Amino acid sequence: MTKIARFHWRQPFEWIAALRFLREGRTQSLLIIVGVGVGVAVIVFMSALLSGLQANLIKRTLSSQAHIVLLPPEEVARPQSGDLATALNLQKQGQRLRSIDQWQPLRERLAAWPEVAAVSPVAAGPAFAVRGDATKAVTLLGIEPDLYNRVVSLADRLIAGQLRVGAGEVVIGSELARDLGAELGDKLRVSTAGGAGETLTVTGIFDLGNKGVNARNVYVGLRTGQSLLDLVGGVSSMDLALRDLDEAERLAARIAAETGLVADSWIRSNAQFVNALTSQRVSSNVIRFFIGLSVAFGIASVLVVSVIQRSKEIGILRAMGATQAQMLRIFLLQGGIVGFLGSLLGSALAGAFLLLWQTLARNPDGTPMFVIGVEPGLVMIAAGGASLVGILAAMLPARRAARLDPVVAIRG
Amino acid sequence: MADSVTESVTAKPPVLQLAGVRKSYGSGETETEILHGIDLTLQPGEFAALIGPSGSGKSTLLNLIGLLDRPGSGRLSIAGEETTGLDDNNLTRLRGRSIGFVFQHHHLIPAFTALENVAMPLLVARGRPDEEMYERAGRLLDQVGLGERKQHLANRLSGGQQQRVAIARALCMEPQLVLADEPTGNLDTHSADDVFALLRQINRQAGTSFLIVTHDPRLAARCDRIIELVDGAIVSDHANAIR
Repeated sequence: MTKIARFHWRQPFEWIAALRFLREGRTQSLLIIVGVGVGVAVIVFMSALLSGLQANLIKRTLSSQAHIVLLPPEEVARPQSGDLATALNLQKQGQRLRSIDQWQPLRERLAAWPEVAAVSPVAAGPAFAVRGDATKAVTLLGIEPDLYNRVVSLADRLIAGQLRVGAGEVVIGSELARDLGAELGDKLRVSTAGGAGETLTVTGIFDLGNKGVNARNVYVGLRTGQSLLDLVGGVSSMDLALRDLDEAERLAARIAAETGLVADSWIRSNAQFVNALTSQRVSSNVIRFFIGLSVAFGIASVLVVSVIQRSKEIGILRAMGATQAQMLRIFLLQGGIVGFLGSLLGSALAGAFLLLWQTLARNPDGTPMFVIGVEPGLVMIAAGGASLVGILAAMLPARRAARLDPVVAIRG
Repeated sequence: MADSVTESVTAKPPVLQLAGVRKSYGSGETETEILHGIDLTLQPGEFAALIGPSGSGKSTLLNLIGLLDRPGSGRLSIAGEETTGLDDNNLTRLRGRSIGFVFQHHHLIPAFTALENVAMPLLVARGRPDEEMYERAGRLLDQVGLGERKQHLANRLSGGQQQRVAIARALCMEPQLVLADEPTGNLDTHSADDVFALLRQINRQAGTSFLIVTHDPRLAARCDRIIELVDGAIVSDHANAIR
């Protein structure tokens, strides 16, 4: 019928009144929406930054590690006689390098689990790498390159040559290459404590981003590894890659229970690192909580003032037959609308911050340090959360509005 | 036919009935009784003035009648419905349905247009806007002579115009009783005459009862009945002989 009437067609009375009140108090509404927006922007920005950072840290940490490592069970000395004195004097036994029993059927079985992305058998043990006068203690790893590459993406981390570990071939880390003065095509001798030794040609040099790993790990074919380490036909460990990182601990426990093997998850073997990530998350949650709280107080204080300013109008509406519940909803809605609009503004601001961050925070080679973006899910959570905070914050002022004595309100 | 109409009119309950209504403010030693047992009945179609000096309890009485406040004791019924014991929601509903308010200070809601202000009681009662309520509001604005100002925001209108919008709003629910608190108190003589004439016209056309609180003897003199309140008691209540 009229422009305004058509615009609000079918909108409930409470919505119309809430929107009209917000529009009339334009300056106040804008200020508080911007205030909510800044709070939401900080939360969204911080969340995106933190999850990007943590994902990046985890990726880097796990680039040279399996998600779960399976090892043969520890050897325990059992006294032949059952008397107490013997049991008390029992010495702990040293651990030999042993193969996992029946590893081939076990590999098939684990590879069939839906949670497991890849299973890579490894024959690993201590060895010396000798070239000319230089001798270095190393960890010799006999691998099946295709499988191993699915657990630790070695092929992507090569700085020279290729991931080729056929007979007489070896892939070494950048640090070891420097220590030994070895380059692609050079020969070096690898010998083990058992006296076995072999001369190998360097076919690849890797950099896994970890100096210790780069100095220590020496990759050969599984066969070569087995024969050098006297583990013919056997493997000393199996490395697992999972589809879901966070499942590692649960899955490790399950595998240990089912196979009797020792199963170390990355979460346990990097306990301090995981602990650091957790405390980072906790502290960011604390910060988020307090930002949320100050946003809530901001909304509440603006609405308290608005209730006082509008007490006369509230009284008139009550005299016109508006119920307490209707008045309550009008002010709760205002809180919710302010929270919602603020969250949209905040998400946009956070998106802009993140773009800026990605152009500023770059690796020395000019690539972005890590890629982060505002995910739609995060925006939806922010919008829902801010609307909810707005409604909760409006609770007190809305109740005041609802309980206002119309007589006093109209006279005032 | 005429008989049945007369019958149905006489069968109608009084729009307003007060019996022994008392009201006090404060408590304990500071308790002060403002109204000392008011008995008052208003029949459908009556056009009455409530006069009395400041502090006589006029506003208190008006708030009680308007169901904005509750009596301390005594009985109060609106359109035949006893109000003692009604909860806030039911009081609000009865108020919205049966009583129209015209205040001294117009009391429109500035964020809304003239049309929306007039339709407000209907909007509040129905919960959602519809064509019919805006049509009705439009007719009422035409009736009070503001057909051209429907889309003006309330605070863009002059004092007299605002008061006429307020009257249109009071009539929106087709109430049986309109309470007017100094409806012309803020207006110049010319506008005051217009507004009063409008109230009178509505009273005659629709049979709406009016209770008009006023200081203005000129205004009171043009009502059918004059009720005088002094110190919280009705000291005189008579049909207006001068008229």
